[in-house]
Amino acid sequence: MTASVLVLGIGNLLWADEGFGVRCVERLAECWSFPENVSLLDGGTQGLYLLPFLEAADRLIVFDAVDYGLTPGTLKIVEDDEVPAFMGAKKMSLHQTGFQDVIATAQLMRYCPEELLLIGCQPEELEDYGGGLRESVAAQIEPALDVAMERLRIWGITPTPGRDPRSTLADASIRRTAYEAGRPSEASACRTGDARFFPENT
Amino acid sequence: MTVTPNGFDLDNSGRRIVVDPVTRIEGHMRCEVNVDDEGVIRNAVSTGTMWRGLEVILKGRDPRDAWAFTERICGVCTGTHALTSVRAVEDALGITIPENANSIRNIMQLNLQIHDHIVHFYHLHALDWVNPVNALRADPKATSELQQTVGPNHPLSSPGYFRDVQNRLKKFVESGQLGLFKNGYWDNPAYLLPPEADLMATTHYLEALDLQKEIVKVHTIFGGKNPHPNWLVGGVPCPINMDGVGSVGAINMERLNMVSSIIDKCIEFNRNVYLPDVVAIGGFYKNWLYGGGLSGQAVLAYGDIPENPNDFSAEQLHLPRGAIINGNLEEVHDVDQRDPEQIQEFVDHSWYTYGEPGKGLHPWDGVTDPQYELGPNAKGTRTDIKELDEAAKYSWIKAPRWNGHAMEVGPLARYVVGYAKGHEDIKSQVEGLLRTMDLPVSALFSTLGRTAARALESEYCGRLQKHFFDKLVQTIKNGDSTTANIEKWDPSTWPKEAKGVGATEAPRGALGHWIKIKDGRIENYQCVVPTTWNGSPRDTAGNIGAFEASLMNTPMERPEEPVEILRTLHSFDPCLACSTHVMAPDGAEMARVKVR
Repeated sequence: MTASVLVLGIGNLLWADEGFGVRCVERLAECWSFPENVSLLDGGTQGLYLLPFLEAADRLIVFDAVDYGLTPGTLKIVEDDEVPAFMGAKKMSLHQTGFQDVIATAQLMRYCPEELLLIGCQPEELEDYGGGLRESVAAQIEPALDVAMERLRIWGITPTPGRDPRSTLADASIRRTAYEAGRPSEASACRTGDARFFPENT
Repeated sequence: MTVTPNGFDLDNSGRRIVVDPVTRIEGHMRCEVNVDDEGVIRNAVSTGTMWRGLEVILKGRDPRDAWAFTERICGVCTGTHALTSVRAVEDALGITIPENANSIRNIMQLNLQIHDHIVHFYHLHALDWVNPVNALRADPKATSELQQTVGPNHPLSSPGYFRDVQNRLKKFVESGQLGLFKNGYWDNPAYLLPPEADLMATTHYLEALDLQKEIVKVHTIFGGKNPHPNWLVGGVPCPINMDGVGSVGAINMERLNMVSSIIDKCIEFNRNVYLPDVVAIGGFYKNWLYGGGLSGQAVLAYGDIPENPNDFSAEQLHLPRGAIINGNLEEVHDVDQRDPEQIQEFVDHSWYTYGEPGKGLHPWDGVTDPQYELGPNAKGTRTDIKELDEAAKYSWIKAPRWNGHAMEVGPLARYVVGYAKGHEDIKSQVEGLLRTMDLPVSALFSTLGRTAARALESEYCGRLQKHFFDKLVQTIKNGDSTTANIEKWDPSTWPKEAKGVGATEAPRGALGHWIKIKDGRIENYQCVVPTTWNGSPRDTAGNIGAFEASLMNTPMERPEEPVEILRTLHSFDPCLACSTHVMAPDGAEMARVKVR
């Protein structure tokens, strides 16, 4: 039987670089079509909602913004048993607590995918509510996709160019271009965010 | 010692304990309490450590898209935010929805309630009552007997079944993957269950995990995808095509059958497992009736689940609407989210400014202008607060008030309002439960009551879900398969300026979105979420919020192990993801407890 593969992007796209994972999957879905055994999923900020998708998968690729304390925009690839620990390396947002628990739960329920590949990117800016990806991070989308595509090829999967009609992309209004272009100006909507992250500015 | 206008004696002279963060999986909130020499909580301070302001994201965007953004602000109640958002836009623009859209929205909303309640009880809250480590010592045969007494209709009850689960747990724990069960205070005397009850409940923890995967499929069917299903101003985005076979996205017989089977599974689980568990576990904690807080004196519900489309009059809502103040259950006030005097947000103790002290703003006129400053008695630094000064500003959560009163929202608030109004289903459920447990009505006003109300509501929502499913099928049979009204889809049909409000009952309480539209674009957008009500800081007059009130006078077995605080705060199902935003740069542990 052909192994089923889940390609998952997680993170909250409303928090600047935290949207990296979701944007990777979005880009992948825009450019490539995959055979039946591959599913692409915008996991957003969801925790336990993702369990059924993990259960259905034998192999899992996850895109996410992860704080490893590296230079912003650095990709870090982690595999299998190391994945949960790395996702908790420095918990910077809610969804990671959630996803670590999702993996632990999937293990407890004995349906965690056998192979895990985490393609993480060091974020530059998270504390910008409503903001988009910073250049350093946006520039890593294509390299991150290359890593995923290479792994898919090793797994014997041959994608074809062109958008996959099966893919369920996010609503058009919050895809990257519309989301970033439609942002209210700084003058009309305050962006300071949590002052504790900018103590020197206040 | 200070006495608050809402009747609590505050004394901050005792030892200060900080619990940060409080929630087990989602959200960031922090709580500080002072305990006296006996270990009893005499002052409570609840703070949201995160900032939010959806208006800074939505201003200038297309109102028809707002749902897609609001769906992303929370990791848990995505669909409820989306529903609230489309209701607000429809209200502003005078858009009505067809019958089928009302039924489908109700099914989705009820489905989310049930999913959230079950996941909350088993995966976020049960471990405040249940000790999975103690379950390893249980006798599987005695557990089986307990199961057959407690939930005789549940098929999974053999000694062999419980032995298997126990072995599985053992392996999981021994492999060092304590994972989900780490960070517990498993030898704390506040845990009162015998090992067999612990094993039974932990087993249901696993069963609930399997069930919740099924429940959410309803959202995929009606919303086209999950997580983050699709919504539509004017109706629902899924077409109905009963003759279709597997056509993409359309609702056909096969899909409806699947929904029907999921609804039945929810009903069975609620009746045979969830409610019996709450009764069984609650039975061991009958003498621990702390945590009532505001629930017996000031509760608020917006109501939800309209029987007919576009009719939000109180008597047409299956989940009740109303406000109770000053502990007077004889009088239930109606609630009007448009009235500028009823709902107002105050920021005297929040890290925002309105330019002048003591001012309250109705959400339509809401302003989110941050002002971060610590009070003179705060300890620590601006970036690493050791202790807050609650006499000054101390939270990123605003303080919403109803006619000046701090209110509790959520399942217990809904059930107190329903009970006081004589709502037939709610009253008979509550009376039945109290009879079974041999408890007086006053027991309802407690942490346990909050947890029990959620279970009762899950059961009630299961039946309602079936009601709207049958209604949907009947309407389709009668030849009406309309799911959306697009008459006013085009912005050229809209007035130059409009404002609207959308209200729902999210699983954790009353949720409102207030929108102002100008020239076809969003001019202002304010959300007042349930955790803003419950987790609110003090207001100008000094009234404490629902979380704070609920902790007062609770004795702690071991103040350095805040099982009791977590138990009570978790009973609200707090979720600060949407009310605020992250602080803890290193926030790794579930609960970092500091005793000072």
